[in-house]
Amino acid sequence: MNIFVAFRKEWSELLRSYRLLVVAIVLVFFGLTSPLFAKMMPEILKAFPTGGITIQMPTPTVGSAIDQYIKNMAQFGLILALLLTMGTIAQEKDKGTAAMMLVKPLPRGSFVLAKYLGITAMFTVSLAIAAIGCYYYTMLLFEPLDVVHWLALNGLILLYTLVYAALTLFCSTLTRSQVVAGGIAIALFVILAGIGSIGALGKYLPGELVNWGGRIMQGDSAGSWPAFGVSIGLIAVSLLASWLVFRRQEL
Amino acid sequence: MSAIRIEELRKVFGAFTALDGLSLTVEEGAVFGFLGPNGAGKTTTIRILTGLAHASGGHAWVTGNEVTSNGHEIARHIGYLPEDPAFYTWMTPLEFLDYVGRVFHYHGTERSKRVKELIQQAGLEEAAKRRIGGFSRGMRQRLGLAQALFNRPQILFLDEPASALDPAGRKEVLDFIEQQRGQCTVFMSTHILADVERVCDTVGIINRGKLVISSPREALLERYAIPAFEVEVDTQSMAGINQWSESLGRQPWVKSISVEGQVARVIVNNLEVAKRELLTTVNQAGLILTRYEMLRSSLEDVFLRLVEQEEVRP
Repeated sequence: MNIFVAFRKEWSELLRSYRLLVVAIVLVFFGLTSPLFAKMMPEILKAFPTGGITIQMPTPTVGSAIDQYIKNMAQFGLILALLLTMGTIAQEKDKGTAAMMLVKPLPRGSFVLAKYLGITAMFTVSLAIAAIGCYYYTMLLFEPLDVVHWLALNGLILLYTLVYAALTLFCSTLTRSQVVAGGIAIALFVILAGIGSIGALGKYLPGELVNWGGRIMQGDSAGSWPAFGVSIGLIAVSLLASWLVFRRQEL
Repeated sequence: MSAIRIEELRKVFGAFTALDGLSLTVEEGAVFGFLGPNGAGKTTTIRILTGLAHASGGHAWVTGNEVTSNGHEIARHIGYLPEDPAFYTWMTPLEFLDYVGRVFHYHGTERSKRVKELIQQAGLEEAAKRRIGGFSRGMRQRLGLAQALFNRPQILFLDEPASALDPAGRKEVLDFIEQQRGQCTVFMSTHILADVERVCDTVGIINRGKLVISSPREALLERYAIPAFEVEVDTQSMAGINQWSESLGRQPWVKSISVEGQVARVIVNNLEVAKRELLTTVNQAGLILTRYEMLRSSLEDVFLRLVEQEEVRP
């Protein structure tokens, strides 16, 4: 199966170009520091001269550590999804490597899908390490977390990141310039955020996945399945659109 | 069966017509030189034949399969080397060829054997484990040829394979192409006539997106041969050469004559009479001959004549 051949190449590239390492370092750093900052912030603030002003800091809790973690992972996941996906197809078209390989019996669909699977593997591995690190530190500094809830939260953060990666991948098929692809992707993200701010529409968009994860950690059982469905749908539509565009594109 | 058949192929980019009803046939086993000035449509033709671009009109068949509908089938039987081959620079040649082998579904031992064979054929044994990113242009071109040959293609498409190389690199690449004679059909685009003269047995000339002529190289040279002779005389005969040329110019079978020092170049309009009479006139004029040569037309002469004829056509 050529999809495995193409994925094997993508995986090697992620390792050899240090992309996987960079993503893992960034996510692990924020995974580890989230509980640490939550715990240490009152102490850090105490160490600074306040000029007579009294700052009331709430007692650090496991909840604040998790909030910090969710915020960091969602933010940096999105930024990394954009930066590491915007050039993935555009650059291959621009450099000519896509033409070199696609005159061979490597279907364009396999080429696109392998790229996405590579990105998925990269975020899965990096987020898994970050989640394990954060779980361990939270346990040391606060208390052990519910493992199933923790897995569910991280699964939702991963899905949230992969939606943006899929959208960016689609943008990367549209052009030969990774900067232009990045620009279009940012515009798409802004539109998505704009739609999310209209009334109750936000409940149906990928951003809701992160809120849902937060609620799961608080023991709230109310799910956001429409947002889950829309996210899966957005990934599927983005990949299909990428293939449809790329299938007939001149290289 | 023809290896390549093109009928009325058209490609339009906005207001610019790159291919204007190109029709062409390349027979199996030929080393076909696709000649043309820059911008004539050579690369566009290759890109359409390899499935990298789409035609605006017309039809093309490669290995009997129509390009527009059987792209995947064609891909299994062709090799392609673009003008500036691009590689994953983080890979080594061994890794890149292994990847290509996997794409062509070569398995285990068969794949590694073929990789070694091609590394050797491309003369990259010493650099086999070095990153491609640090390779010279010549090394990249040889690796490009190796990857194009991985599947033992029926047709090998080469787009300006030696144009950007230094003389040593060019020789290496042309030798490599020469080795493919009898193994596969080679379709090579170039604007370097010396390369075509060296390796191609059939020539197609394209200009402004149209085929000017397609013919076996020798037949083309014979058909468009300029009937000319060069006569070189000893220094003692320099005084007499001008007088001889004046009287020769009056002969009905002489078209024109030019003299430069000891050498006279005679263009004739009747080759057979000239062959019989020219030496006799030299002898009669008492000139001491040091060289007598019937000039062979070069491909460059033919190319320029044909392209110029096309240019003046309305």
